[in-house]
Order: sequence, then C-alpha cells, then structure tokens
Amino acid sequence: MILVIAEQRQGTLHRASWEAVAAAHELAGEDAVEALVLGSRVSGAAAELSQAAVAAVHVVDHELLDPYTPDGYVEALMQAIGALKPTGVVLPHTYQARDFVPKLAARLDCPLIADCVGIVRGGKPAFRRQIFQGKLVAEVSPEGRFPYLVSIQIGAYRGDSAKRAAGAAPIKALNAVIDPSVIREKPEPPFREARQAVDLSQAERIVAVGRGIKGKEHIALAERLATVLGAQLAASRPICDNGWLPMERQIGSSGQTVAPKLYVALGISGAIQHVVGMKGARTIVAINKDPDAPIFDVADYGIIGDLFELVPAIISELEKA
Amino acid sequence: MKIAVCIRHVPTREWQPRVDDSGRALREQDASYEMNEPDAYALEEALRLREKHSGEVVVCTAGPSRAAQVLREALARGADRAIHVEDDRLVSISTDSFVVAGALADALRDERFDLLLTGLQSDDQGAAQTGVILAERLGLPHATIVMDVQVGDGALRVKRELEGGWFQWVALPLPALLTIQSGINQLRYATLKGIMAAKKKEIRKVTPASLAAPRLAIVTLDVPRKTKKTEIISGTPGDAATQLVRKLKEDARVLA
Ligand SMILES: Cc1cc2nc3c(=O)[nH]c(=O)nc-3n(C[C@H](O)[C@H](O)[C@H](O)COP(=O)(O)OP(=O)(O)OC[C@H]3O[C@@H](n4cnc5c(N)ncnc54)[C@H](O)[C@@H]3O)c2cc1C
Repeated sequence: MILVIAEQRQGTLHRASWEAVAAAHELAGEDAVEALVLGSRVSGAAAELSQAAVAAVHVVDHELLDPYTPDGYVEALMQAIGALKPTGVVLPHTYQARDFVPKLAARLDCPLIADCVGIVRGGKPAFRRQIFQGKLVAEVSPEGRFPYLVSIQIGAYRGDSAKRAAGAAPIKALNAVIDPSVIREKPEPPFREARQAVDLSQAERIVAVGRGIKGKEHIALAERLATVLGAQLAASRPICDNGWLPMERQIGSSGQTVAPKLYVALGISGAIQHVVGMKGARTIVAINKDPDAPIFDVADYGIIGDLFELVPAIISELEKA
Repeated sequence: MKIAVCIRHVPTREWQPRVDDSGRALREQDASYEMNEPDAYALEEALRLREKHSGEVVVCTAGPSRAAQVLREALARGADRAIHVEDDRLVSISTDSFVVAGALADALRDERFDLLLTGLQSDDQGAAQTGVILAERLGLPHATIVMDVQVGDGALRVKRELEGGWFQWVALPLPALLTIQSGINQLRYATLKGIMAAKKKEIRKVTPASLAAPRLAIVTLDVPRKTKKTEIISGTPGDAATQLVRKLKEDARVLA
C-alpha cells in the first residue's frame, strides 16, 4: 500500500496534496493507495481528500498537532506508519515537508528521496530528481528498510489529473498518543512583512535579472532595457540576497508569483524555485550564455550568448523602432 | 556560546557536470570547488552570534582530503578551529544525506555544542536533509529555512521562512540545530590578515570508524529532457536583437 500524507493548513487542504495523490497513483499501479491527514479539526480536509480514488482516508486529529511542530508531527506519524505499514509514503515537497520529513526518515531509519519530478516503475521503483541545480537528472532507488519516503516537487504532477472516485472513500480515525513534553518547538502565528510597495503580479512586462549580471553596477543596464520595454524590473533571489535590488522585486517560491505577457530573463539559470514564480508568463525570453541552462526549458525564445553584448543590442533595436 | 557550522565543499556553479561511461558517476577531473552557498551564510551567522554573545565557532566538513580547502577558507573568515571528517567515500554523488549526517553526528557528539548551524541544502545534491537528520541523530530540536536568530537565556527565537512571502517566529530550547537560508545576512570575505591568522588555527582530522549504509542508489544520471520547444535565435548580437524584437512584435504580439 502506498500512503499519501496530505498537508493542510487551518483545515484547508494544500493544493500540492492533490499532486502527491496523482504521483501516488502512478507509483502504486495496481497496488492500493490510502491517504492520511493530520492536525486538529481537519474533517474538512479529510472530506475533500475522500473524493480521491483512495481506499481510505486516515485522520489523526489531536489538539497538539495544531500549530504544526516537527516534534509533534514525527511523534504522530511514527505511530500512524507503525499501524498502517505502507510500503511507500508520498508527500508534497513543501516547506513544511522539508522541515519534518528528514526527521521522520531518520527516526524510522528509512530512505527519503526528496524533491522528485518523476517515477520510474519496475520491479523496484526508482525516482527522478534534479541535481546540480537542474543541470542533471538522477534516477535514484531506495535501499534498505521499508517504507521508503518520497517527496514530490511542487508542479511536477498535475493535481487536477489525480483520479477521483465515484463515491467518497471511508474516513477512518487513527489514534495517536502524544506526550506534550516531546514538543520542544513553540511556533508563533505566521505573518507577512509589511505590505509590499511593488506589486509585480499586475505587471504586463517584466525584465528579470539573475546572477549573470555579475555586479550591482550592471543593474542599470537591465533597468535601461526595462525602461525601453515599458517593463518592471525584477530579480532572482541571489540578487536580492546580495542587496542589489530590494526583496520585494524577487520572483519565485519565496518571492512573488507573476504572469506577465512578456518575461525577459537575463542571466537566470532557471532553478525550480525561480521558475514556479514565472512559468505562467505568456511569452518567456531567456538570455543566457549556457546552452544547457534549465531556463531554456521554459523559454519560448532563447538567445545563447553574453547578456552584456545582447542587452545593448536589443536596447538600440527597440530605440530604432 | 559554542557554535558548530557544518560546511560542504561543492563543485562551482559554473561547472558543467558530465556523466562517465558507467552512467552512474561523474567525471570530476575538471571540477573546481567552493563553499556551498547557504553554508557560507550559516558561517556568517555564527560569526555574528559570536561577536554578540562571545564563545567559539567550530567549522566542520565531512569530505575527502580536498575538502580541507573549505575549512581553511572558513578559518580565514574568522572561525576559531576546524574538524575534518575525512574519508574518500564521502564525495561521490552516491553518498547520501544519511551517510554524511551520520559521520558528522559521530564526530560532533562529544563536543556538546550549544548551537549547530548548516545551510538549508547543498547546491549539488539539493536533498535538504543533512541538517535535520543530524539534529535527530544528536537528539536535538531543529528549525529549518531560518532567516533571523535571536539568542535568549538557554533558548532561541528564530524566524522561519514559509512559502510565498510568509514568515513565522519559533522558540526552541538550546542546544538546537538550525538550517540557514541564503540572504539571512550580508557575507564577509576573508581579509589578508584573516588568511594569515588561519595558518595557525587547528584543523583536527577525524577518520570515521565506519560509515552508515547508503539509503539511496543511483540507477542512472542523465541530462534533462527538454519538454518545451524553445525557438533559439542565433547570429551576431545585432542580428539576434533584430530577430528577437521582430518576433516579439509580429509573432508573440507582446510589443506594440
Ligand atoms: C527554499 C528555497 C527558496 C528559494 N526561493 C527562491 C525564489 O523565490 N526566487 C529565486 O529566484 N530563487 C530562489 N531560490 C534559489 C534558487 O534555488 C537558485 O539558487 C536561484 O534562483 C539562482 O539564481 P540565478 O539564476 O540568478 O543564479 P545562477 O543559478 O547562478 O545562474 C546564473 C546564470 O547566469 C548565466 N550567466 C552568467 N554570466 C552570463 C552572461 N554574461 N551572459 C548571460 N548569461 C550569463 C549563467 O550561465 C547561469 O545560468 C530558493 C532556494 C531555496 C532552497
């Protein structure tokens, strides 16, 4: 049996949970898929999950599971996995999964294959994951004890393609005993930084700079291109980490998500955490000197070359018109 | 406060990895190496905490002999001493996080650190597991993707990054382990004085008695398959610019 551990927040299912269900169906083949949701007052999330083509939805409802803590989750999941005995466990590779799943794997002493983008079925399953910032793909198989744990990269599977069932799956309560003293972390409520002054989500055109821009003094070149294009200036994370542009201009999983008509990526490699924030753009132009850069996998138009030669040429072409 | 920082020696970002004939390993002969970027931020955070609260910063790497370079660099930036868990098997890309975290745990356990820092993930493997597994092996609480660290009396308050611009403060008792996100601070680089001072600092070598059994096996390595048809525009910069602007106007219709 393949067990999907869904993620919920305040009783609402995280949409990536459906992506994990889709991956679990592919992994399971003929084998059964069951789902599990944990937290406090999560009947809404369990009901939504029971629409999936799964044999059962297990619910661990415990007041010490809200708010989320890695200690509380690992304690509850050790008991749930012990009771259900899955051969494989599938989760979405969210920030929360990054936080507790390696701990769960270590406590179980079981393999964890993180951030997978594909599944290779066969006698023994294998999983595809990106390494070297997307420059290579490794096919990896779990070794040793069962269950193996697999986390699925956000967006690698389509949640809306996860098989639904005609009737709702049975919802089953699972008991967990949690001693309050095992929970060492005391989380405060999530918050956002003060409202962002720049809302890039409404921009029609965006010129985004990455580490290929080399230094703060060259940002002005990208800014000139943005001006002639009537575009907003944005950046990949390292540019904001270095303080070359303010954080509020960062695109990606920890920045803004945008969907402009035109997105010009200058010297950006195309790491998944960047791409999730901009792949919804209608037309993507990538300028990068590395022909193997993953950004060319999402670009509509690509120019392989030095941005310091290409950007001035594009600016003068636009000024001609 | 006694702080450990675990640092990985990774191939530089510019390096184009090439698969060898076995299909499961890399040709690393032409690689050059650097400090894993999030680990550099972890080191910087440790140095800042020492400046504020005094104490000691010990850097540690698990890797082959070449990895000593990353320890010398960390010492030059200001770390007090270093531990090198040296084993030639701690390089290959089939060495998973369990093996690395296990080797680090054995080497660090008796030092009884108040705080351990690692980067949130490595630039090469990107598994994002070593720090959290290390915490579990040492029986410590942890927090991941940390963007701010406040030290109180026997406890920490840390700011965790969540998705899409959200954050959360979490309190946890010391000793603890944190995985640090890039951008938490502004990095300092080694000065000539620092490089000279580093020559006198200790790098203690530890040979692991045994390594944990790997939990993962590489079946194949490959270059990614392209899924989208990208139109590559070639020519001189001037020609490419002319073509691009024409296509954006006439085909994509995103420019007036
Ligand atoms: C939890 C987490 C969250 C993250 N969140 C985000 C996020 O929200 N947004 C984000 O962007 N990243 C995020 N990252 C970081 C992400 O993984 C990448 O490290 C980052 O996106 C890389 O930025 P880059 O493409 O600018 O730099 P690099 O990957 O270093 O790429 C630079 C590119 O520039 C090219 N180049 C160099 N010189 C030239 C030249 N002269 N002309 C043309 N091309 C050139 C190179 O070929 C290379 O492809 C996150 C990471 C983690 C772990």
